[in-house]
Amino acid sequence: MNEIGLTHILVISTLLFFIGVYGFLTRRNMIIMLMAIELILNSVNINFVAFNKYIYSGKLDGLFFTLFITAIAAAEAAVAIAIIINLYRNYKSIDINDADSMKY
Amino acid sequence: MSASTIIFYILSAIIVGGGLLAVTARKIFRAAVFLLFSLIGIAGLYFYMNYEFLGAVQIVVYVGGIIVLIIFSILLTAESGSDMKKPALSRILFSALATIFACALTLWLIKQHTFHVNESTIIEPSVRNIGRQMLSTTEHGYILPFEVVSILLLAAMIGCIVIAIKIKPKT
Amino acid sequence: MLDSTYIALIPVIPAISFLLIALVGRRYFPKLCGIAGTLSLLVSFLLSSVVACQYFFEVGKVEGVYQKIIAMKQVWLQFAPGVSIDMGILLDPISVMMIVIVTFISLMVHIYSLGYMKEDTRISTYYSFLSLFTFSMLGLVLSTNIFQIYIFWELVGVSSFLLIGFYYDKPSAVAASKKAFIVTRFADLGFLIGILILSYYTETLDFRTLIARLTTDGSYLSSIISASFIGCSALTWGLILVFIGGAGKSAMFPLHIWLPDAMEGPTPVSALIHAATMVVAGVYLVARLFPVFSISCPEALNVVAYIGIFSSLFAAVIACTQTDIKRVLAYSTMSQIGFMMFALGVSGYGGEKGLGYMASMFHLFTHAIFKALLFLGAGAVIHYVHSNEMNDMGGLRKNMPVTHITFLLACLAIAGIPPFAGFFSKEEILLAAWNSNKFIFYVAIITAALTAFYMFRLYFSIFWNKEFKPAHVNDNGVKETSSHKNHEGGISMLFPLIILAILSVIAGFVPFNRLVTSDGVELNTEFHLSFSIAPVLLAIAGITIATIFYRKQNNLPQKFSNSLNGFYTAAYKKFYMDELYLFITKKIIFNCVGKPAAWIDKYIVDGAINGIAGITAIFSDLIKIVQSGKLQDYAIYFISGVIGLVVLVIYWKF
Repeated sequence: MNEIGLTHILVISTLLFFIGVYGFLTRRNMIIMLMAIELILNSVNINFVAFNKYIYSGKLDGLFFTLFITAIAAAEAAVAIAIIINLYRNYKSIDINDADSMKY
Repeated sequence: MSASTIIFYILSAIIVGGGLLAVTARKIFRAAVFLLFSLIGIAGLYFYMNYEFLGAVQIVVYVGGIIVLIIFSILLTAESGSDMKKPALSRILFSALATIFACALTLWLIKQHTFHVNESTIIEPSVRNIGRQMLSTTEHGYILPFEVVSILLLAAMIGCIVIAIKIKPKT
Repeated sequence: MLDSTYIALIPVIPAISFLLIALVGRRYFPKLCGIAGTLSLLVSFLLSSVVACQYFFEVGKVEGVYQKIIAMKQVWLQFAPGVSIDMGILLDPISVMMIVIVTFISLMVHIYSLGYMKEDTRISTYYSFLSLFTFSMLGLVLSTNIFQIYIFWELVGVSSFLLIGFYYDKPSAVAASKKAFIVTRFADLGFLIGILILSYYTETLDFRTLIARLTTDGSYLSSIISASFIGCSALTWGLILVFIGGAGKSAMFPLHIWLPDAMEGPTPVSALIHAATMVVAGVYLVARLFPVFSISCPEALNVVAYIGIFSSLFAAVIACTQTDIKRVLAYSTMSQIGFMMFALGVSGYGGEKGLGYMASMFHLFTHAIFKALLFLGAGAVIHYVHSNEMNDMGGLRKNMPVTHITFLLACLAIAGIPPFAGFFSKEEILLAAWNSNKFIFYVAIITAALTAFYMFRLYFSIFWNKEFKPAHVNDNGVKETSSHKNHEGGISMLFPLIILAILSVIAGFVPFNRLVTSDGVELNTEFHLSFSIAPVLLAIAGITIATIFYRKQNNLPQKFSNSLNGFYTAAYKKFYMDELYLFITKKIIFNCVGKPAAWIDKYIVDGAINGIAGITAIFSDLIKIVQSGKLQDYAIYFISGVIGLVVLVIYWKF
């Protein structure tokens, strides 16, 4: 495993992805959950870039996908934060369990 | 062990460690800072893979934009100082079990699979090439997604304002 | 052909009057409701008189036979080609006679009620019910098909129920109205089944078609006769069930128990509904289907005859012992309807044999007049005395001269003394019985004598016997008595009495044998003077005994009833019919059928449903935990699902 290759980078992205999932599942603070989502998106980005570099080096498609995902992530973060602020205004809390009006 | 290998391991330690601390930190502000480290590590990884433009974008958008936005919202919701509640043990247990199992499954799949390099030609991911292809209208051009994303950003911007705007009660 | 539009107005005007009074009048002009109802009835009566004149003397008769005319027909509910429930108007001698009788008696009662109900606060409600009843009854007699008659039959039942329970704050009135409704409802169930049987086999509801198919040989008649159930053909069953419906409405034994109790209603209502019009609906129904009874199914007609004669005698015996004057009249009504029934029962179809049919309709006609008069007279007496009991009355002839005279005339009419109305109709009935069945004749003649006896017992007890003392005498008792003198009832109460009294004298001279016969052909009856001697003598004997017993207060009745002892008590208690019904319903049906059925319903039927509901609720309580409303729970399910799918897709050996 001397030569750093695709597999290494995929391992990193996998770890990052599941760290994000774990954070999303356990933390009740909505801002932390948003951070976890950023982690997940970033791990996907890493995957795209790694595949582009090591397998499809003759194309730039992975790179473009990464760029667009970044843009969408920025939009998503902005909207999410607007929602969080609005929820905070209504519930005086950013605990996800306080916003349970979907309950049976 | 070459220098690049060492650099890779350092970067991956920063990425994974930062992410792990970000999702487990008790104080929200610290979590944001750990996330910052993780994102910078990812930018480093891009530089490591010779995607300088992408690394630059990563730093500009994430570090300069999203992290600032998050910190901003932390300040707005006035939760910065206090310790956050610990999640319930059963929830940690279940989540950990699910994630570890899924993680192991994925890693095992990666290990099993052999990837084949398809192309021998290499296109330099320079800003020049990226810019040309991004704005080209030919077969492999990305002008349409580019425009769509710009509209999406506009919509998100307006949406944010609509959602977060404070409606003054009529007096 | 008759112009159908104004015939339709006859039942429609009371319907409009009902709607108007009930919806508008009750609130906005309560004082005028009585006048409005009476005027609408007057119009209706005039119209039906015109129709009767036209029918009987101008258009009805074709080549010496009165036709059945469908004046109007509107297809209403079409089930299949040829099978539909129509709304229409049928004119034939009996329906024309009935509309005249119904509108006339109803008009008299309307006028009478203006005085009688003057002080009642719910007079507008009362008049709306009266209008509803008149509408239903007219619809009933004009029906063209058997289902239409059933619809109006039930409407009549409802309005009777409403009027019996008119004094709804009186528990006995409420109980009586419920009793009347339930008993007639049971009978109507029989009627409905009878309708279904008859129309199933004949594939029609229309009277004319039905009668035609059941009286001429053909596939319809043979199929209904060949189908049999417990020894009788379907035709017999169908007709007997229809007759049960009629018996319920007409208070024939053993379904008569509601009629005496129905006297809890206002007295004019008793006169209109429970004496003159509604209770003869059963007779009318049998008469309507008479060709079928007579030609195709004499067994059913025999049932009609024997039930009629038994009810007649049974009611007459009870009437001799009752002390409530309205109850006496109620049993008398039952007895007279029994007369009509057995007259139909002994009759044949067509020609000389159809005498009973004619006599029955004739008696229906005269009885309506003098029985209405009796009830209205009794109403005036009750109005004056404020009591229904004979013991509170006596000697009223000086206080109420008009009522006295009219009541006497009515009593003579019902007793069958010539030349009053009842004499003619009763003679015809007795003659018909003599011609066909001697046993029925002898029972009938005894009943006629009893009728004379109890009617004059009633008459003497009210107007002679002892001196009248007001029930509530106070210090200036004399003054009160004198104030009673002007209180016989206003002109509105006396006018109907006088009109009806005149009619009870002359109604017997109406040439019924030429107008209303079973086959529409003129029937020549000879008047047998010698035959009339026995019944008239017996009636006079009855009156004489009543005179001896009741003209002056004495202890003869007491002695006589003591000598009969057990029989008297039994008759006084109405032969324990009510007790028998109570025993059957409360002890046997409630305990043996009602309670187990209730148990099954409560614990097995409800239990099953509640159990299913309970299990569902428990199960939903279990699974609703999943729907916690917490985002992270949903996320964990989602991720578990994705993992599961991944494992499945990768390791599933397809």
